[in-house]
Amino acid sequence: MNGLFTQAYIIVAITAGLTSALPLMLAALGETIGEQSGVLNLGVEGIMLIGGFSGYVCVLNTHSVLLGGLCGAFFGILSSLILVSLSVMLGLNQIVVGIAITLAGEGVTSVLQQSKYGSSNPRLSSVSPVKIPLLSRIPIIGPSVFTQPIFLYISLLLALVVAWGLLKTNAGLRIKAAGQKPGSLDAAGGSVIRTRTFSVMLAGGFAGLGGAYFSIIGSGSFTPMMTGGLGYIAIVVAMLARGRVSWVVGGSLMFGFCVSLTTVLQMAGINIPSDAVNIIPFVAVLATLIIFARSAYIPPALGVPYIRGSR
Amino acid sequence: MRFAGHSKYQEALNSQEGLSTLCLEAIQITKAFPGVVANDRIDIEVRSGEVLCLLGENGAGKSTLISILSGMQQPDSGTIKINGKISEINSPRIAKDLGIGVVYQHSTLISTLTVLENLMLGDTGKVLLDVKGAKEKLLTLASLLGGAIDPNTLAGDLALGQQQQVEIAKAMWGGSNILILDEPTSMLTPQAVQDLQASLESLKREGLAVIFITHKLHEAFALGDAVTVLRAGRKVLHLSTRQIGELSESQTREIILKSMFGSDSSAESNSVEVLTEMDTGSENVSHHKQRDLADSKIILELKGVSSTSQYNEVEVTDVTLSIRRGEVYGIAGIDGHGQRSLAEAIVGQRSISRGQLFFEGLDVSKMNVRQRQSLGFRYVTDDRLHEGIVGSLSVALNLFIKRIGQRPYWRMGQINWSALNEEASRLIEKFSIKTPSLTTRGGTLSGGNIQKILLARELAFDPKVVVFNKPTYGLDFKTVALVRGLLKEFVSQGGTVLLISTDLDELTELCDRISIISRGKIVGTVDNNSTKIAEEIGAFMVGDSQ
Amino acid sequence: MKSRKLGVDFIRTVLPVLLALFSGGLLLLILGKNPINFYSDIWRFGIAKKSWQDSATMFAPMLLVAVGLIVVFRANLWNLGYDGQYLIGAALISGFSPYLTQHMSVWLAWFLLSIMAAAAGAAVTIIPAWLKAKFGTNEIITSLMMSFITIGFANILIKGPFQDPNIVVPQTKVLPLNHMLPHIPGTRISIGLIVALAMAFGVHYLLSRTSFGLKLDIYGASSKSAQHAGISVPKMVFTLFLISGALIGLASSVDILGHWGYVRTNWNPSYGNAILPFVFLGRLNVLASLPFVMFYSVLATGGAISTQRSGLSSDFLLVIVALILLFMTVIEYIGTKQDLGQSYIPSGLKRFLKFSKSEGDLG
Repeated sequence: MNGLFTQAYIIVAITAGLTSALPLMLAALGETIGEQSGVLNLGVEGIMLIGGFSGYVCVLNTHSVLLGGLCGAFFGILSSLILVSLSVMLGLNQIVVGIAITLAGEGVTSVLQQSKYGSSNPRLSSVSPVKIPLLSRIPIIGPSVFTQPIFLYISLLLALVVAWGLLKTNAGLRIKAAGQKPGSLDAAGGSVIRTRTFSVMLAGGFAGLGGAYFSIIGSGSFTPMMTGGLGYIAIVVAMLARGRVSWVVGGSLMFGFCVSLTTVLQMAGINIPSDAVNIIPFVAVLATLIIFARSAYIPPALGVPYIRGSR
Repeated sequence: MRFAGHSKYQEALNSQEGLSTLCLEAIQITKAFPGVVANDRIDIEVRSGEVLCLLGENGAGKSTLISILSGMQQPDSGTIKINGKISEINSPRIAKDLGIGVVYQHSTLISTLTVLENLMLGDTGKVLLDVKGAKEKLLTLASLLGGAIDPNTLAGDLALGQQQQVEIAKAMWGGSNILILDEPTSMLTPQAVQDLQASLESLKREGLAVIFITHKLHEAFALGDAVTVLRAGRKVLHLSTRQIGELSESQTREIILKSMFGSDSSAESNSVEVLTEMDTGSENVSHHKQRDLADSKIILELKGVSSTSQYNEVEVTDVTLSIRRGEVYGIAGIDGHGQRSLAEAIVGQRSISRGQLFFEGLDVSKMNVRQRQSLGFRYVTDDRLHEGIVGSLSVALNLFIKRIGQRPYWRMGQINWSALNEEASRLIEKFSIKTPSLTTRGGTLSGGNIQKILLARELAFDPKVVVFNKPTYGLDFKTVALVRGLLKEFVSQGGTVLLISTDLDELTELCDRISIISRGKIVGTVDNNSTKIAEEIGAFMVGDSQ
Repeated sequence: MKSRKLGVDFIRTVLPVLLALFSGGLLLLILGKNPINFYSDIWRFGIAKKSWQDSATMFAPMLLVAVGLIVVFRANLWNLGYDGQYLIGAALISGFSPYLTQHMSVWLAWFLLSIMAAAAGAAVTIIPAWLKAKFGTNEIITSLMMSFITIGFANILIKGPFQDPNIVVPQTKVLPLNHMLPHIPGTRISIGLIVALAMAFGVHYLLSRTSFGLKLDIYGASSKSAQHAGISVPKMVFTLFLISGALIGLASSVDILGHWGYVRTNWNPSYGNAILPFVFLGRLNVLASLPFVMFYSVLATGGAISTQRSGLSSDFLLVIVALILLFMTVIEYIGTKQDLGQSYIPSGLKRFLKFSKSEGDLG
């Protein structure tokens, strides 16, 4: 227990927590936008993997983290088009299509990784953090929170953009209407299909971006199924947050920290088997669901395809 | 409406001369669905500054026509002219652009958003929400409609009359000059109807053309200037404002009723019920008189009953009432104020968290649906299609879904088809359920026939207390008459009825006593023994009386 | 008329599979592999000569999983925790079987082990079922969370108390061949197949001929209708989840005792994910699903070797399954629209096509 509360240790622990929380937060932001508009995206896990793999390959070839992130987001948006065309436009069962996307994502990235990098398994160089002037001098928090790769700050900025967007823009209002009472949006002259297409594409983009963060910054490589259920945790965070971005960020930090516990405890020399530690985030999620069972509020139109004139 | 001899007739005529432009013209509109022609070559014309009432019973084709005018559906054939120009209304968006604003029967307001947000929903083009501009627009419209509305209230917190004001403001948000109101008074208190009248007068002065849809004659008289009558998909009568101005009120009534029911013998024999449904204001109609049930024993009693469930609906709190055997007890109130919770708590579909429910003196609060059913409880639910029947099952099975496992229809866990089919056939005949066969899927039947399935199921097998929840909602007159007839027959044989309805006319016609429910609580009870009863109930609904 | 409908149904169900196999072939080409070799390998190692018997052995656990899924999906309950339900059974069985089979008659041991696996699988569903029944909490995420937790727990068991003390590799003791389920005489098919078939027919009878099955259908159509009819919704949710979990747990017992004999850590055959599209193709009907599950057991058995020989990850089969799911949803959609006599082109697209045609040319 010796090294537990030294400054250096806490700094590393916070960094590990943030690194695990960010992909979760990005995916959860995307999920929130999608769910607020009435679409449940069960394909998050698969899309994160697709974003992770494409981001990884991109950085391998271009050495640019920025491009890697954009690549991940781009392929995330592409993958979401499956959900858009089948569920939003044709009205097919969102759960079945979502599972198909996850399977496809898992399968395709696994096969591609194994066939291209199976033997070589190249690692990305670690991403150098940016030191925020002044703030990075604050003890403990400075070297941890304010000395992170720029990707992190951009992501936090994106969270603010999403919060602002949902509150202050026309698009945000329509998204909320599409999830609450799509018939009203239609009657008001808006297009439910267009609104949901937009929100699902954003959901895919954010999930892909989150996956890219996970592989580029989090691990520096890509292994099949590496997200290990993180996408599903994102779904829960979105459901519990009920559209409030502050809750999304908070929830992601909390569960993200749980996810990082393996590393954190290991470094402290505490020897709990990694299998046990790995299930802690899921136990935490389940416990939260049990405690807040009544609050897992879902927009009324979630999962229900919109067909004009249907009763 | 302004009839001959009305002092304002000349004035009306003069104002007509100046403003009377043809705002909207629908020519030979036809729309067919599998098995039924909803609109058969219908012609409509509406003038600015005028209220056209579209009158017809449920099923006459009014809603289809309105959905076509609002852009929700497209006609199979026919033309629409807006201000003289031929237009195709392909979507609600285009309808708005053409200047058509619609207030639907069921609220399109999103309860979790504020009034302002609901109104801004239709705004397009800009990225940012124009909150300031919207507030200004609301102010102008509100003064026109007669009343200030706080833009930041949640739509879900508005009173019903205010809600309708916001709906009208919403319909006019894009600058409409044609306003369509679909059954605007179906959920209003009598006082709110008067407010609506005032708003319409104000809008007419601005030159708006208004179409409003109803199946009640007395509403047409109260709110309309001209009238078009639809019957079985066809337009059978049109009386312009001028024409009405040359007739007396009773003449007008006669012509209209004849166009709606002339040469339909079955309707004529049911004419008393029909007239009541249409037209309670008239003296021709018999009015229910409260019967003397003082000698009858109390059969159902609720003491401080509060309900609880997983749903986000209004639960009942602390309800106390008692019903005597043979009584028809009514529950009036604005839709969504706990009626469903009350019904479900009584029959066992919802848990009673506090208080007790007694049946013939026995505490049944903890009994489940099946147990109460065996005691004689029955429930005709308002949600016919998604709760009352299982659409994918056959008509025959639907008649027995509450008796699964019971002998002789089930033997050792398996269906005894011969017994079940035999009894099903008997019920189908007794209740005139129109179905191609026993095995037809329940969901394919018309609304009226589905209701008959519910009635056949609940009224068979020795019922004692039947809860009816909005039993005649959306049904055509014939079926309405049938339903009411069955209810009265049940009561005459000693049965007890709890009738939950949003239709004041229906309640005053059938009930002995009526309680009013508001936000899950009983706020008052009236005996049905005066002609002012509608006003009394309305007062309770708004919370005026003490 | 009826034969025509049968023909149409046949096409609608076979077409997604054919399209998926075809697309899979294209993908193989892109990856630089030979699709003909790939598919002929699947035939060779999945069906040809005696290989079909290996497929038949794989068929047993898959069928049980399929039936377990059908029971809940028919009621619109999404039990997505199948991986955890399977693995906890697998861990317990491979942990206890070496000892139990040594100390009592093998038949008794197998019986007890099967009960234990079924009970474990069922136990894992209790929390999601309770949350759904009491609070209406979405069972998709609760069952998924439970699954991850259970898989982790199973791994702990395998690495810990169930670890074979004589080897370094993290796995359980291997069950000696003479303590594994016998074969059907004359074949090398495990008798687990008989257990699976018996269960399948039993459940089919339950679903299609009893009052319980009718109640299930009503609840699946609308939980409000079920309440209205006096069906206890919480009871139904619990019963269905428990049955589903038990069947999936039983699948693990048939699989471990009849085929593998041991379990490694971080091993997850994930039958549930693979079988999911097929139970939908079979319209959630047990008998109709039989041919589809048979097809997949051939694909999986042959595919395990075929992917190896092609130098591909075995996860390639997942891609094929995903393709089947996707093609199936689209074809279903087209089929439903045709049934209703409606066009399957969404009205927006139709209008677009309309505007791009010449004036007088409107359908």
